[in-house]
Amino acid sequence: MKRRDFLKTATGAAAGAMVSGPAIFSSAKADARSETLLIVSESGPNNLDIHGVGTNVPGYEVSWNCYDRLIGHEMKAGPGGVPYYDRDKFKPELAEDMTISDMSATFKLRKNAKFHDGTPVTAKDVKWSLDRSVSVGGFPTFQMSAGSLKKPEQFVIVDDHTVRVDFATKDRLTIPDLAVIVPCVINSELVKKNATEKDPWGLEYTKMQTAGGGAYKVTKWTAGTEVILERNDDWVSGPMPKIKRVIWRMVPQAGNRRALLERGDADMSYELPYKDFQEIKANGKLDVVSLPFSNGIQYIGMNVTKPPFDNPKVRQAVAYALPYQKIVDAVLFGLANPMYGASADKPTEVAWPQPHKYNTDMAKAKALLAEAGYPNGFETTISFDLGFAVVNEPLCVLVQESLGQIGIKTTINKIPGANWRTELNKKEMPLYTNVFSGWLDYPEYFFYWCYHGDNSVFNTMSYKSPEMDKRINGARTAAATGDKAAYDADVKGFVDLAFTDVPRIPLYQPYVNVAMQKNISGYQYWFHRRLDYRALVKA
Amino acid sequence: MLSLIGKRLMFAIPSLIGVVIVTFLLTRALPGDPAAYFAGPSADKQAIEEIRKKLGLDKPLIEQFLRYTADLAKGDFGNSLTTGQPVATELRNRLPASAELTLLGLLVSVMIAIPLGILAATRPGSWIDHLCRVTTTAGVSLPVFFTGLVLVYVFYFRLGWSPAPLGRLDVFASTPPNVTGFYLIDSLIARDWEAFRSAFNQLILPTATLAIFSLAPIARMTRASMLAILSSDFVRTARASGLSPRAVIVTYAFRNAMLPVITTLSMTFSFLLGANVLVEKVFAWPGIGSYAVEALISSDFAPVQGFVLTMAVMYVLINLIIDILYGVIDPRVRLEG
Repeated sequence: MKRRDFLKTATGAAAGAMVSGPAIFSSAKADARSETLLIVSESGPNNLDIHGVGTNVPGYEVSWNCYDRLIGHEMKAGPGGVPYYDRDKFKPELAEDMTISDMSATFKLRKNAKFHDGTPVTAKDVKWSLDRSVSVGGFPTFQMSAGSLKKPEQFVIVDDHTVRVDFATKDRLTIPDLAVIVPCVINSELVKKNATEKDPWGLEYTKMQTAGGGAYKVTKWTAGTEVILERNDDWVSGPMPKIKRVIWRMVPQAGNRRALLERGDADMSYELPYKDFQEIKANGKLDVVSLPFSNGIQYIGMNVTKPPFDNPKVRQAVAYALPYQKIVDAVLFGLANPMYGASADKPTEVAWPQPHKYNTDMAKAKALLAEAGYPNGFETTISFDLGFAVVNEPLCVLVQESLGQIGIKTTINKIPGANWRTELNKKEMPLYTNVFSGWLDYPEYFFYWCYHGDNSVFNTMSYKSPEMDKRINGARTAAATGDKAAYDADVKGFVDLAFTDVPRIPLYQPYVNVAMQKNISGYQYWFHRRLDYRALVKA
Repeated sequence: MLSLIGKRLMFAIPSLIGVVIVTFLLTRALPGDPAAYFAGPSADKQAIEEIRKKLGLDKPLIEQFLRYTADLAKGDFGNSLTTGQPVATELRNRLPASAELTLLGLLVSVMIAIPLGILAATRPGSWIDHLCRVTTTAGVSLPVFFTGLVLVYVFYFRLGWSPAPLGRLDVFASTPPNVTGFYLIDSLIARDWEAFRSAFNQLILPTATLAIFSLAPIARMTRASMLAILSSDFVRTARASGLSPRAVIVTYAFRNAMLPVITTLSMTFSFLLGANVLVEKVFAWPGIGSYAVEALISSDFAPVQGFVLTMAVMYVLINLIIDILYGVIDPRVRLEG
């Protein structure tokens, strides 16, 4: 495998006048400031270790930057020329070489790699870390199993600097799953020293401090307030990052985050309302990167186990009655990829996400509803997650208004963020909006979670169809064995079925939006949608 | 005196026990399943069950309660799931932030409200009385977050006079060594002028926001109680005896008008301490209000229980201090159990 200096492509955009800091900074501080990146976001980590119990999404960002994995992804030019991770190309990170054979992959570790405390990284650490990820339970174990990595016996120490991963079954997702955030390499001796009998994997220890060998280390963490990360100057698993220090502050008020950016005090922010991003983009003082979520879709789901949504005609009627364009224009200010209104003669592609052929057509919707035996409509509730109310609330109001026109009277049911997952798990909500996005960008991965009869949490509609299951299983097998013709046929088959049966109606592919000062460059889009500090540059 | 204080504290114990039981039950009665919430974005039923077991939420309620009280007796408030920290540490770190802001806000508001109230009472119907009426009406009717946002917009975003609303210190300033937890005091102890200036600058806007809000009850109460006292017999007698207006108002009238003002102050203080969540949100202030609200939103039991308990203790203490103050101001008031 060839290593590429991916920074080169990334720094191409570096330009723009230096934004002057406010007068309150003294000159000594100005120096510190030019090497420091100040990020503001709504919420911060609750745990610095992704293996921890209930680690939240901001915690993933810390793990990504403070721990190394065996392999990472190459970058490619994404939409608008922004570096976008390349799903199919891997690059070495902690491993300097990877050899894949039929039923195993062998990784040779860098001999000069050290953890933050100076201990050399050995195969023992890698094995212990991978064992930990498949053993601690909860989310990390679950994510590993998505790539058929389930048992500690699969990870074998060959010698001090060589590790072999044995495949349990042939699975196309095994290698990509080794490049996600979870299989990070942890300083095993350090953590073992701090483990207790009750906590053999030392989760309590790594929760509060980073024990890795990644490009950054956390030097201070005040939960809910700030995280300060310093560069690890001895890092060897990639080109030396340019940013020396990252200060990540939690600013709960969106308006203030925007003010901080526009005044030039903060360098980067995400999690702003769409309207703000739109306005920031328009006034041109800052750079805004908007990229579609990989393998992510916001949709309207319907519970297919209960009337009236057990009738495909009703579901199709709803699909014809949704105000797609209005949602994209008025709720997202155009910052989304439409997943609707493909022209009638467009052939189905071997890709996901792709737009379906429904469009807003009230006459057709009414006819279908009458055909289904509900000429006067019916009453139901539409539920949404208040945690993402900025998008969900106006979206549901538009849907409510539109469905009203074909006689479907809906009551809006707002569910607090803490309660949302419980409600989803119950699978009782008749009609709701939700978003799903998979870390691994493969159609069969998405469909396995969302449409398969195994009925995972994300098959929120409780949809079951033998034909669908056959197609999904077929595609997974075909992908593993490399049978392209069978794979293509199965993918097209399950996409078509998902669109004719419409248990869920895709609305749009959401965008991840990041606003930054003009002197910041090197932003990379990753499947986890968090920042990779290693590539960022402050001019 | 000491025995009386002890007696008062003894009486507070049953109410604290009540608070412990009620908050425990209330948090359990909240909708939402913390296990599902913390199991992460792609957990299945089994993963959620594993989390539930880890959090001890699969045990019967009574067992959870016994374990909770046993920990509480050892001073262990449990761990917050949202921030991942022990609740006791977190409250200890965050309480001074809220207290510093609230006390300062209250101080500023007292310094404006009391003279304003007195002046308004001594000259009813004059321009100063109208000014008092207008400011107090404006103060109560403007929601705190609105005042806060307007102040940020004008003084930070537009004029650039105020530092970025990024919490208690400038991003690049280092925290003074922790003695009291009040940054103004700690930086003075450490003789760190830069930190002092930074902490002070950061405090100006949130303090002003709180002061504007708490101005109203204090000024109104001062005015009303001064008006009542000024029309009483002993003031008339004092005036008839030829005492100077200053002596009449400050020494005789004001001292007697203080009691209701003190009561209002204590209520305003305890109210502000818990309810300045919005100010904390606007100014990214790491206080206890925003901490408790965030915990509540994510069904995080331990911090909510810890917060309510802390607030209950604070109320007991504030009431005690107010009662003692009554005795100091007006010897006729006796501190009785």
